[in-house]
Amino acid sequence: MVEDRPLLNFLTHLVLIAGVAIVVFPVYLAFIASTHGYSDFLSGLAPLLPGPNMVENYTRMWTEGLSTAGAPPVWRMLGNSLLMAVIIAVGKIIISILSAYAIVYFKFPFRLLAFWMIFITLMLPVEVRIMPTFKVVADLGMLNSYAGLTIPLIASATATFLFRQFFLTIPDELMEAARVDGAGPMKFFRDILLPLSRTNIAALFVILFIYGWVQYLWPLLVTTQSDYYTIVMGIKRLAAVADSDPYWNLVMAAVMLAMLPPILVIILMQRLFIKGLVETEK
Amino acid sequence: MQSKRTVFPNKLLPYLLLAPQLAITIAFFLWPAAQAVKSSFEREDPFGLSTTFVWFRNYTRLFAEPEYLHSLNRSLVFAIGVTILSMSVSLLLAAAVNRLLRSGKIYTTLLVWPYAVAPVVAGILWWFMFNPTIGIVPYILDYIGVRWNHRVNGDQAMILIVIAAAWKQISYNFLFFVAGMQSVPRSLIEAAAIDGAGPFKRFWTIVFPLLSPTTFFLMIININYAMFDTFGIIDGTTAGGPAGATNTLVYKVYADGFLGLNIGSSSAQSVMLMLIVGLLTVIQFRYVERRVQY
Repeated sequence: MVEDRPLLNFLTHLVLIAGVAIVVFPVYLAFIASTHGYSDFLSGLAPLLPGPNMVENYTRMWTEGLSTAGAPPVWRMLGNSLLMAVIIAVGKIIISILSAYAIVYFKFPFRLLAFWMIFITLMLPVEVRIMPTFKVVADLGMLNSYAGLTIPLIASATATFLFRQFFLTIPDELMEAARVDGAGPMKFFRDILLPLSRTNIAALFVILFIYGWVQYLWPLLVTTQSDYYTIVMGIKRLAAVADSDPYWNLVMAAVMLAMLPPILVIILMQRLFIKGLVETEK
Repeated sequence: MQSKRTVFPNKLLPYLLLAPQLAITIAFFLWPAAQAVKSSFEREDPFGLSTTFVWFRNYTRLFAEPEYLHSLNRSLVFAIGVTILSMSVSLLLAAAVNRLLRSGKIYTTLLVWPYAVAPVVAGILWWFMFNPTIGIVPYILDYIGVRWNHRVNGDQAMILIVIAAAWKQISYNFLFFVAGMQSVPRSLIEAAAIDGAGPFKRFWTIVFPLLSPTTFFLMIININYAMFDTFGIIDGTTAGGPAGATNTLVYKVYADGFLGLNIGSSSAQSVMLMLIVGLLTVIQFRYVERRVQY
């Protein structure tokens, strides 16, 4: 701070507290709702202070789910989400680091073409090619499977670019020294590049894990069996029921459980998260 | 394109390294996109038995459709609303955090986590708050004489999804604004302070102009986000209604393709969307190249 202005300092804190309040309030209300009984949501105003039914609501959603909404127990959907997010994050990192390595450390015909083919995927998010992608996955018999949930989302231009940028900053001498010492390309990759990329990999994992966790449209399309529902899409089924039959207490218990894992990841790994976020967008 | 001064001599290995990425890209990105382009020029008969090549007729019909133009208009209103609301709130919060030394970290932690909330969950959270029967916001609005019911009122439905989408994006914009502000040279700020410029004057004449690359970058990212990453928010709250008031382009592609099963029109819409993302991506990358010279 350049100078001390008590009034402005007070105002600064006021703005930030108001900002935090706005950001937190919807989640606070959801949490409160998840601690009440069914009858508190029939009319009037949704409760603003905690109620007595917390343990009961969470236990019920965790073990049974809401059968009227056709959603499986929450533990099952959380497991699917976790599996999907981890497979997507790890898969994207593996195939991206390999392709960035090929593009930076080798010269071969069609190198530029390969680069542009990867680049162009940035312009083709799932949302703009819904129908034909669904058809490909259906033709390959990958509907209602973990492969169908994850493999089509694994290609990653941003991760490839991030690794490419990083590899370009690694001194050429390292590779030359390794070659003089007789190391082949895979040995150089495993013993020198991978250890150097550790922080980048970790930062990218945080971002990609969240990317995988929050997927909604894709699981909605490729899963029809409730065994494969992820928590994020399962919640939509629950909420659709809550519109007519206000099981808000149960829906919000599931909402809290769905938000918890990725939020914990961000808060516990905040430094890596910010690094990953700022660098993938460069 | 850039590569290393010396490279490995292997001929086959690079192709093997690229194979998984390229296989997925071709099977799930390029091939479907090509299919979309192809069927946007075709018409299928009602039984799906034969297709005929119809040139640009799907496109001309699309732009003659009042619903499509309406959806285009709704997407623009939505994207502009989300971008302005989210960026201005984030800029204010970032400027505030940037004034603080130690406590700034705590506020940052408390502000960044909505990034991890899935769009559909964000939609449900705000839908609950704005629920016409039991939500707290309609309850308060009632006192000032506003009757809130986004199930019937299209403008209110739009306001709801703009708020939900902007809420989720605050953390992202906030982090980039803070990073941008931290790279403004201290010496400039101190020199201005010595010359007698107050904190507000310093912000508007030094910090904000120097932030313009960040602001422009975030503008593109936010428009992109509002156009393409908000399917969950809309599906979780209004499902495009009432009367198409929140039927954005992405939602319409889904609704027409999966619920309406109109392949030709849906493909033409997909191709239009690809052109929009393509344009945004090109702008973003051109700008990134320029930022390097800053």
